[in-house]
Amino acid sequence: MPPARPETPPETWILLGATSSMARALARALAGRGAALVLAGRDMADLEATAADCLMRGAASAEAVRFDARDPSTFQPILDGLGEGVVNAAVFVGSMPPQSAIDADPALIDGTVTDSFTGPARFLQMLAPLIEARGAGCVVGLGSVAGDRGRIGNYVYGAAKAGFHTYLSGLRNRLTRAGGHVVTVKPGFTDTAMTWGIEGMFLVASPDAVAANILKAVEKRRDVIYTPGFWRLIMLIIRAIPERMFKKMSV
Amino acid sequence: MRWKTTDYTGWGRALRATGRLARPERLSTLAGLMRDEPSPAIGNGRSYGDACLNDGGAAIRTVRLDRVLSFDPATGTVEVESGATLGDLARLFAPRGWLPAVMPGTGFATVGGAIAHDVHGKNHHGAGSFGQHLRALTLLLPGGETRRVTPGDPLFAATVGGLGQTGAIATAELQLLKCKGDVMIVTERRIPGWDAFLERLDASDATYTVGWIDATARGDDLGRGILEEGETGSGLVTQRGRARAVPFDAPAFALSPPVVKLFNAAYFRRVPAAGRTVVKPIQDFFFPLDRIRDWNRLYGREGFHQFQCVVPVDGAPALRAMLERIARSGLASPLAVLKRMGPGAAGLMSFPMEGYTLAVDFANRAGAQRLIAALEADALAAGGRIYLAKDALSKGATIRAMYPRRAEWAEIVNGIDPEGRLETDLVRRLDLRSA
Repeated sequence: MPPARPETPPETWILLGATSSMARALARALAGRGAALVLAGRDMADLEATAADCLMRGAASAEAVRFDARDPSTFQPILDGLGEGVVNAAVFVGSMPPQSAIDADPALIDGTVTDSFTGPARFLQMLAPLIEARGAGCVVGLGSVAGDRGRIGNYVYGAAKAGFHTYLSGLRNRLTRAGGHVVTVKPGFTDTAMTWGIEGMFLVASPDAVAANILKAVEKRRDVIYTPGFWRLIMLIIRAIPERMFKKMSV
Repeated sequence: MRWKTTDYTGWGRALRATGRLARPERLSTLAGLMRDEPSPAIGNGRSYGDACLNDGGAAIRTVRLDRVLSFDPATGTVEVESGATLGDLARLFAPRGWLPAVMPGTGFATVGGAIAHDVHGKNHHGAGSFGQHLRALTLLLPGGETRRVTPGDPLFAATVGGLGQTGAIATAELQLLKCKGDVMIVTERRIPGWDAFLERLDASDATYTVGWIDATARGDDLGRGILEEGETGSGLVTQRGRARAVPFDAPAFALSPPVVKLFNAAYFRRVPAAGRTVVKPIQDFFFPLDRIRDWNRLYGREGFHQFQCVVPVDGAPALRAMLERIARSGLASPLAVLKRMGPGAAGLMSFPMEGYTLAVDFANRAGAQRLIAALEADALAAGGRIYLAKDALSKGATIRAMYPRRAEWAEIVNGIDPEGRLETDLVRRLDLRSA
């Protein structure tokens, strides 16, 4: 890695939901490139550990900050603490209670939608003017293949992610005009704490592989990526099934 | 805090287990597991036999707890989570002039595993064992209590080399060793036979020393091999490309005796008769086999065993007789290593003792199992001991006779874990915790 030129401040990356293993993998990859990291989430002890680790791995700076998708008062302080230079953000927050738990307590829908869609969207809405003002910056939004089609097993989570996908699409439309960019990432099965022990996982990707795919997509200014890439094909087929048939299937 | 029921093995793949595995990603999750469902912690599964197995029970994999928490560049002390691998630490710190003080033959071993086996490296004669460079560790006891343990505490001596029986290691503070940079200057020499090998090992004043032995050579060639002596240095060498993986289990003939004999003869002649000095990246010297991911699959579906023993200096003739027995059997694989060990050890159940250590891999067949049983008896008679990180075949009585402080260790361990929640297949097979 060549040393950064002194006159350009390092790129800043805000990672929302930085305790997830995918975010951690991305943070390490970004640290290797000398980025300034803002690690946002709820488990401060865990975020501090990741921040220390990233500093050792070459990050220009790494700061743990509190972010709770359900507590908008945590949003503005993150933006207030930003330095000069290009600011990017990657959103890894989201929650997926079992559908059966939601059936028993429909109020869980509110939290799921806040975590997976409206909370991060509100934060990004506050960040957008800064990206426009600086004329650069990339937003990476973690969607889900579950948002491509409503399924009996997780349609509340899927609906929240579908909303987030549409939001990201609109944000892309807006930021592109100002020199910014938005990448929508739809991971298939990834080897994380969320999927550990779930039956029927196949072709599971490592968090490091997903992080590498994300960075490649950012570099190439891709709009919507599936990771691993073959999920694009799988979802093409699943989306092509007519609703008349799909409603009777359990996929 | 979810469990996954799965089949898993140690590195040798000869012994298997089915059980529930957890893989926490945060220290708070690990602490919760030790409070609610105390289970043995396992790292990257690089021990060969059943030290990392709990068939029918539960185990906690620490591989996702792999962060560097702090580093003091003035003193070279580093605090890490226990799932950090030694290869990762070497890669991270060598360019800054520091290396893990002790590194075993694979960089995939975790810090937690290195503590639990009190591992040794190519510098054992000078630097001692892994636990001797451990400043402190945080231990999560069964029941959830967190304890900071430092040298001098009886719990420290029971945890280092303690096979995970005192609790789950959450973090560790390591004293790194100064190095000049991230390259190695290595002198390689052909050694014609056994006596010359021991002479050379005894006389070597290099920081890092390791001998490769052609365990198929007999007669006058018995004990021939290559001595590698290394020092760290700074400079520019081409970093190696991506590691290759073994994509499938190899058929039995891949490591059959004639193939091994041919390979070994060629490997011996790889180094010119006059010897040579080469410069290589540190990983290539310390972790030569890590370049081939999943190389254990070369031994096929049945897996393999590594026999490793250490015998005291005056047991050298007995070790020679053991090598003769191995050579006569024709069962050895190309991987055979001879090293001089110093007295350094940090735990009650540590393997190292002053003397010579010999390690040889064998494909898992009936003949090899009989051979290893005979070698174990030889090692015991020579006053030596078997390395528990490698063992998969021993009987309890033999092993218990080799570890003189085992009863003392068992008492501490049983006090901490009276219900035996942390027992592994190895501990049960060898009945290590009996009074």
